[in-house]
Amino acid sequence: MFVTTPFVRQKERRELFAKIFFGLMAAAMVLPLVLILTHLVYQAWPLLSWEFLSTNPTNGMRRGGIWSAILGTIYLVGLSLFVSAPIGVFAAVYLNEYARDNWLTRIINLAVVNLAGVPSIVHALFGLGAFVLFAGIGRSILAASLTLAIMTLPVIIASTKEALGAVPRSFREACWNLGATRWQTIRRIVLPNSISGILTGVILQVSRTAGETAPVMFTGAVFFKKIEEGELFAYAITDQCMALSMHLYTVTTQVTNTPEALPYAIAVVLLATVLLVNAVSISIRVYIRSRKKW
Amino acid sequence: MTRIGRRRAEVWFRRLSWSRIGEAVIENLIRLCGISAVLFVFGIFLFVFREGAGFLFDGLDIEKFLFTTEWYPTSRSNVRYGVGALIVGTFSVTVLAMAIAVPFGLGAAIFVSEFCGKKLREALKIVIELLAAIPSVVWGFIGLSVMNPLIQKVFNVPIGLNVFNGAILLALMSVPIMVSIGEDALKAVPDAYREAALALGATRWQIVYRVLLPAGKNGLLAAVLLGVGRAVGETMAVLMATGHAVNIPRTIFDPVRTLTATIAAELGEAPVGSDHYQVLFIIGILLFSITFAVNLTADLVVKGIRKKQ
Amino acid sequence: MNQATAPRKKVEVCDLRLSYGAKEIIHGISFEVYEHEIFGVIGPAQSGKTSLLRCINRTIEFTPEAKTRGAVKVDGKDVTKSRNVYELRRKIGMVAPLPVGLPLTIYDNVTFAPRAAGVRDRDELDELVERCLRQAALWDEVKDRLDCLGTKLSGGQQQRLTIARALSHKPEVLCLDEFSIAIDPVTTMRIEDVLKELSKEMTIILVTNLVQQARRLAQRTLFLWNGRIEEVGGNEIVFSETPKSRKTYEYVRGIFG
Repeated sequence: MFVTTPFVRQKERRELFAKIFFGLMAAAMVLPLVLILTHLVYQAWPLLSWEFLSTNPTNGMRRGGIWSAILGTIYLVGLSLFVSAPIGVFAAVYLNEYARDNWLTRIINLAVVNLAGVPSIVHALFGLGAFVLFAGIGRSILAASLTLAIMTLPVIIASTKEALGAVPRSFREACWNLGATRWQTIRRIVLPNSISGILTGVILQVSRTAGETAPVMFTGAVFFKKIEEGELFAYAITDQCMALSMHLYTVTTQVTNTPEALPYAIAVVLLATVLLVNAVSISIRVYIRSRKKW
Repeated sequence: MTRIGRRRAEVWFRRLSWSRIGEAVIENLIRLCGISAVLFVFGIFLFVFREGAGFLFDGLDIEKFLFTTEWYPTSRSNVRYGVGALIVGTFSVTVLAMAIAVPFGLGAAIFVSEFCGKKLREALKIVIELLAAIPSVVWGFIGLSVMNPLIQKVFNVPIGLNVFNGAILLALMSVPIMVSIGEDALKAVPDAYREAALALGATRWQIVYRVLLPAGKNGLLAAVLLGVGRAVGETMAVLMATGHAVNIPRTIFDPVRTLTATIAAELGEAPVGSDHYQVLFIIGILLFSITFAVNLTADLVVKGIRKKQ
Repeated sequence: MNQATAPRKKVEVCDLRLSYGAKEIIHGISFEVYEHEIFGVIGPAQSGKTSLLRCINRTIEFTPEAKTRGAVKVDGKDVTKSRNVYELRRKIGMVAPLPVGLPLTIYDNVTFAPRAAGVRDRDELDELVERCLRQAALWDEVKDRLDCLGTKLSGGQQQRLTIARALSHKPEVLCLDEFSIAIDPVTTMRIEDVLKELSKEMTIILVTNLVQQARRLAQRTLFLWNGRIEEVGGNEIVFSETPKSRKTYEYVRGIFG
């Protein structure tokens, strides 16, 4: 009955070929990641130490560590998320729970899509024009964080919307039937059941913001700043600060005669931060999926 | 009504009136946050425009600005602002990047959505996410310190910082977007199509090019467009890896400079309010408009799919 | 029945029309439901039964394209003009066809509505939970695990939990929308007994796809056909050999539908 004719065999061969072909395409994506990571870590190895992380740069950034850059990045990321997370989450709640299908909603959605597509350098121009010059904040952590906040906003809105959308509509209807108001429904049912999804989205933004260079270059980050080592509150939000991403840029392009491992070490620290944050967010997501409540 | 019933009714009423006010406040706050996205987009355009407007309407020859290739913003004797070469630079890097990224991105999307098992899919998705998370400045550094000598050696060219280098980095950066959006698009193709084709004895290879590509083509187009949007707007990687020379490239191994890199490199040195400074903001408006158009198109394409379903 | 003891009208529907976009699905229907009766609503799928219930407690407003005309009066007051829609929904308990255990503990499920209305007193809530769960014939099965998730209960238990929840705000009207489609016959019979008991305290509107259920439970029944009232009247007429409409006879006998 089931005889393998040459035609069938040809089909099977093609099938296998297709699988290998597309598999290689996917592998072409994985391979660079692995190669790059190993190369970077290999080159950076001699410099990586606790001391490197916890001391200020010295000798025109050729010696010493990257402490002030790390702390600056933490400030920038923290402050920007402090601003963008609440606005983004509320905006998503509006779009998902309150907004009716009318022109305003359509315009907001369009704005979110386009905000997500604005190039980071244009955000830098905006931050310079609006916060530094127009609002008179001056180049500072505050101005840079606000710029970053607006940049991360659309992504937070998108991920939050997705998390809210995963809560079944029947839950909302059950609440409305019980006489709960929209906000009560959101606060008691929708938010508690999507908070983990919302959080993963926000955490993911930590990594995105930490890596951004262009927007902070003209709004608050400086080439060099010496701060108290080991002191967590060494920056004020009106200070300018160093940032890891910007530090990597300046060390590779503006400073000569650096030890060869230095830029690699900075890159590895930046990458490790970013990938660690991503790993945390991914594992939270996997954990949540495993104990879904419905 | 009983005595207890009345007491309860009173309590409910009192609580309600308070919570009613709180609720109105919160609802308006939420609405305000929703509308803020629109304000920010307008704000971005407004403030970038505001800084550049003076020179845009008074002093800048727009035709010369767009179509000449001489970019000498700091020349003492004869200042010329021609961004033609920069546009060509952006264009060439983007096109080459897409030429590399589209086959790989869509191929990987097809593999992830159609050919691999559940475990492998989850693993690949995580890799894609990690790839997307690498900051652009790190990519730029990789271009500068890893790719540069590699390209010099492999292709035997004098400069490794060129269109090719930038394009490879941009391709690696935009592949994750394409894979995730492209995979969504393929997933949106109803399983019934696949099953119907399988029932007719089609191989999966045939399903891909007879069923999935036609059915998912809008979604795949959107994926490509979003990749383009990302490539056009990318700054740090191209700033560090394309050689930074104002130049119309003859081959893919010529260095170029892009619109974004120009702003990033020169904004720090241009005195606030000077013509040079304002021209950089005008370039910003140009970039904003290009990406706006690209993203709008992508969004309309995606909406088109949703409406059809 | 003489005029002096005539039952009070609890719910009145006057020339109600409902359309989704351009499509009208309820074409002007009028009827009334008396206090403390079980009022059955039967009819085939898509005849507008669920939409009718949603008009009564105004959750229809959450469907953006829905437009209603006409009036629905509860206790003589038009609900479509009522400003305090939450008060209205508390007056009307609603049980959906598919059981929806909210992803909260059983205790929190039952106390959701009172808490939303501002009741904080722990003793009062405890007492309420026991009363509602007993009324819904669920107390004995769950009394030892009130802090379990409501979503982890079986389908039939969840449906009874839904009923308990609907009772928790002491509704004056209880609407049940095909409550028995997701549960087994034994549980259905238990809930039917509960409903008979409850009808002493409240008015019950029972939308059902089971003709026999309406016949068993209701005093009066409405037969809804394509958004129009085909027949409404006492069960002794609707389920008799000679109802007013030929169609009613055929539907009730299972000749079509």
